Amino acid sequence: MSNTQAIDIQGLSHRYGDRAALSEISFAVSSGEIFGLLGPNGGGKTTLFRLLSTLLPIQSGSARILGCDISAQQSMVRTLIGVVFQSPSLDRMLTVGENLRHQGHLYGLRGATLRQRINEQLDRLGLSDRAGDRVASLSGGLQRRVEIAKGLLHHPRLLLLDEPSTGLDPGARDDLWRYLRELRDGGDVTVLVTTHLMEEAENCERLAILDQGRLVAEGPPLKLKSAVGGDCITITSDVPDQLSQQIAERFHVTPQQIGGNLRIEREGGHEFVRELVDAFPAEVSTVTLGKPTLQDVFIHVTGHQFWGEESA
Amino acid sequence: MSTAPVTETPPSVKTEASRQSATGPFWLPIWTLTVRELVRFFRQRTRVVGALGQPLLFWILFGAGLKGSFQPPPWADWPMSYQEYFFPGVAVMILMFTAIFSTISIIEDRREGFLQGVLVAPVSRLSLVLGKLCGGTVLAVLQAGLFLLLAPTMGIHLTAAAATLTFAWLILLAFTLTALGFVIAWPMDSTQGFHAIMSVFLMPLWLLSGAFFPGGESGWLSWIISANPLTYGMAGLRRLLYFEREIPDGAGLPSLAVSLVVTCLFCATCVGLSVYLARRQVSKDAR
Repeated sequence: MSNTQAIDIQGLSHRYGDRAALSEISFAVSSGEIFGLLGPNGGGKTTLFRLLSTLLPIQSGSARILGCDISAQQSMVRTLIGVVFQSPSLDRMLTVGENLRHQGHLYGLRGATLRQRINEQLDRLGLSDRAGDRVASLSGGLQRRVEIAKGLLHHPRLLLLDEPSTGLDPGARDDLWRYLRELRDGGDVTVLVTTHLMEEAENCERLAILDQGRLVAEGPPLKLKSAVGGDCITITSDVPDQLSQQIAERFHVTPQQIGGNLRIEREGGHEFVRELVDAFPAEVSTVTLGKPTLQDVFIHVTGHQFWGEESA
Repeated sequence: MSTAPVTETPPSVKTEASRQSATGPFWLPIWTLTVRELVRFFRQRTRVVGALGQPLLFWILFGAGLKGSFQPPPWADWPMSYQEYFFPGVAVMILMFTAIFSTISIIEDRREGFLQGVLVAPVSRLSLVLGKLCGGTVLAVLQAGLFLLLAPTMGIHLTAAAATLTFAWLILLAFTLTALGFVIAWPMDSTQGFHAIMSVFLMPLWLLSGAFFPGGESGWLSWIISANPLTYGMAGLRRLLYFEREIPDGAGLPSLAVSLVVTCLFCATCVGLSVYLARRQVSKDAR
């Protein structure tokens, strides 16, 4: 085994005209990891995905996939990656088998090897009896499975998936994640998914959180959550400004004000909640106490809500 | 492969690379994209009807309607009916329509997402372009060829040699027109945009190529007609169809040599532009 990183990104920036979509991103993904890029829509994860899948040119910084530079060794990189787009990339007028055959040809596979690869993928994804069906006649979940089969046909070393569970029902989502884990366990495949769903990000072994084109946090979900510290207390109030000031005077903590709510992170949250309600029975409308979630991680590192654009 | 830093490359990467050269396969993608184009075409029956039906209708209706007012061009030293004059024009129209319609599919491929899958594959952009162009060319030549089987009804009898040359000319012209369609379709977002270009640019291009009416001896119209590269594609086809008659040069119909040179230049320009456009990495490909 080699210790080459599956993905190694150094100071990567990207601009669309005047708008910076990515600013100075650096992180690495080890071989065999299931890595997640979490962020709100417009956070830069799709841009990063397009850069990694060689659809966009690298403007500044560098990105290497399994030791190959994305801009200098583009076609090498293309043979190493398998890409599953968010929007479908199947030809709906062709059958499942025909789609896979064309895909194989694009990657230089042919003849008996190609047939064997197609059967292998159809088998693994439970699509064997669908090979002769037109793609247009398949359900969304099945189509997504064909997309994955397509992305894996040439045995890529790195599988890139953009919002893979879009349009999938919960059952199909679980299947997808079970499959991705099987894939990682079965061979030397690294998986990178982008997502804007917290529940989905929980499935990843490590996460990079992107917000407004910046990398704001990186690490395993558990570690990210424990970094928030203790408990998260969310208070709703009719007079948030006044209550915030009162809490600051009385308890010497400054609550974060997020979208009209007050938010406090501290150890021993249940004690604090009791004191808080005793102290300001009139001002506090509701109090929620919880262990930090990825949502809290996001608020903790960015100071605003995940769906910031909507509340602003 | 020599550019890859071997020391940093894991062993399995090397085996992968030795099987699939680092530049990617060349002919196989062309073949597979061509086949896909044909399969798609024959699964859409309406396209078959549209591409052949409209020109055929034009030929019959205009042929009948303009019969009386037609003055044969100076190069025709035999009594030529308008139907006969218009016959090669319709063949070019079929080529053009088929070529154009098959390049519209680029816009659909982009919108439906198929294209992005091809763009991330280790396929050279030249292969991608050639695959698309070959698909369109085969379809166009097939249909125009079918139409040209009607030639004997116009009193045009081709020898084997003339038929072969005509067939080769159809291929060259179809390839050129498909490439022209590619250049127009590649940067487009919507098929509506393509239809607009078609009525203000492509239809006039055909109308003013000598396909529909012969250009006069002088005047601005004849200038436009001689500046139109398709005029030479049209003239080449006429000369090959009347290969036996040996139409003299300089009678208002460009010579075969001039036609060949201009059409080849036109073809090289369109193919070159197609490859140039396909090679650019722009954000719209990434949608």
